[in-house]
Amino acid sequence: MGKTITEKIFAAHLADEPFPGTKVLRVDAVFCHEITTPVAINDLVARGKDRVFDASKIKVVIDHVSPAKDSKTALQGKILRDWARRHEIRDFFDIGRNGVCHALFPEKGFARPGYVVVMGDSHTCTSGAFGAFAAGVGTTDLEVAILKGVCAFREPKTIRVEAKGRLPRGVFAKDLILEIVRRLTTNGATDRVIEFHGEAVKALSMEGRMTLSNMAVEAGATSGIVDPDDFTVDYLWPFAAEEYGSRAAALAEFRRWCSDPDAVYERTLEIDASGLVPLSTFSYRPDQVGPVSDMKEVLVDQVYIGSCTNGRIEDLRVAAAVLKGRRIADRVRGIVCPATPEVFRKAMAEGLLDVFLRAGFCVTNPTCGACLGMSNGVLAEGEVCAATTNRNFNGRMGKGGMVHLVSPATAAATAVEGKLADPRPYLPEEKKGARR
Amino acid sequence: MKGFGGKALYLDRSDINTDEIIPAKYLTEISKEALAPHLFEDLRIEGSSPLPRSFRGIGTIVARANFGCGSSREHAPWALEENGIRLVVAESFARIFRQNMFNGGMLAVELPAREIERLFTERPATVTADLESMRIEAGERQIPFELSPFDRALVEAGGWLAFADGRY
Repeated sequence: MGKTITEKIFAAHLADEPFPGTKVLRVDAVFCHEITTPVAINDLVARGKDRVFDASKIKVVIDHVSPAKDSKTALQGKILRDWARRHEIRDFFDIGRNGVCHALFPEKGFARPGYVVVMGDSHTCTSGAFGAFAAGVGTTDLEVAILKGVCAFREPKTIRVEAKGRLPRGVFAKDLILEIVRRLTTNGATDRVIEFHGEAVKALSMEGRMTLSNMAVEAGATSGIVDPDDFTVDYLWPFAAEEYGSRAAALAEFRRWCSDPDAVYERTLEIDASGLVPLSTFSYRPDQVGPVSDMKEVLVDQVYIGSCTNGRIEDLRVAAAVLKGRRIADRVRGIVCPATPEVFRKAMAEGLLDVFLRAGFCVTNPTCGACLGMSNGVLAEGEVCAATTNRNFNGRMGKGGMVHLVSPATAAATAVEGKLADPRPYLPEEKKGARR
Repeated sequence: MKGFGGKALYLDRSDINTDEIIPAKYLTEISKEALAPHLFEDLRIEGSSPLPRSFRGIGTIVARANFGCGSSREHAPWALEENGIRLVVAESFARIFRQNMFNGGMLAVELPAREIERLFTERPATVTADLESMRIEAGERQIPFELSPFDRALVEAGGWLAFADGRY
């Protein structure tokens, strides 16, 4: 019987099985940020166990509230900074070099095929785009991973998503994952891994695959995961060149992890990607999803383009393509937050920031900020935001605020119209053979 | 092992997320005690009367499906624990929240939908868990529940750190 990619990763990382079905895995990378790590650090210090299992496998960023907005967030940053220095953690990204963790760490090549990655953040599943088992965990799991380099899981079953056909013009990875979450519901994938397959997924860039994998947790999944292929090799090549010598060698090594053709899945969800339209959430659950064209009367106060879901360069490119030569509606506050300094620099070099600024957007530094209502764009009671983020819970971006989750193209079109808008009329006709 | 449960608070909704258990704006706190006054601060349940301002005396939360979905913040179980709540009984839990409960030596007990329905109908004043008999004691009724050996070991050890530290 064949194995899924997740089963292969579990078998290769098994450190202990203290009880049948409880798998304690060795982790390849522990990602840390300033919200969930300081309590773990303080607890380790208090227990006289202020140690790390392997400083080279711990990656640290200050991203949630950056720059610090008050004394409390300054202290969180300080605890993390001091700890990283104390343990000589080389990969520590402080302000100026920091970005949204799930955009920054993949960009640095820290997520690799076959890896087990944990982080005290639910959207850690983003790194599953690289063929890693990447799971969000709580602070205690994080603490044990920092100290011992292990984390315990029940081996998850796998749901296979088969996205058939190509995404039509104006429809993106974000729309595809919203449709998947709608179909699976908010707990349809609890204790499961979602494995993304099909022509539409194969055609996605690594950026698009990260968008897809990022929201796996919104269906309750432990991780999303995508079989590594040429795109994975290309993306990781700057970091893998020395190790593998040739792309073919890297591909062969990465492909070892891919699910076997006769792997067994708990179920398969088939989606006709070619029939999808631009989507948005309504109300307060990420599985409450419908066509944007059905919500055209929804006025918005703010449009936010950024986050670990959609704050990467491709996202900014498509939003800028919609905004070029246009102004956002008077009623709208537009905020664009490039997810990393690299994205920021590219956006500047390509003239995208100029497009955003001319359109009337505010460009902020990379941070998680507004997505979870902590800084840089918190909503007032009764306000509505179209956001390229991943959660529309009641009050997520600020108490009493409503969030509509949309693609960057839809967000940009919405900014122009001042109400939820279908981006397709704003996008140029597709060039023949263009990749999305 | 301390006792689990006590006076029950009934939260009659599915998908109660961790933002509703403890809003993100309090994630800037680095002490668990500071979370206590903000438990369920933004939680609104349609058709139910507003939640009490103080959870003094409450020992158990009873909820529907997918309790604790969303963010991985362990601040959610901490906020419960700081209010003396160490038992949550629900139809199902989000994975990370559930693991966080056991990792902290607390109990997240899943009961079948019909048992949860009956609890919401009868609303017994106290709901406790007995780990010897593996029963939920809800007023006069006793409802058997299951824990995996690992969950049980975590509760007995007082959490994952204590379990892992002796072993790895």
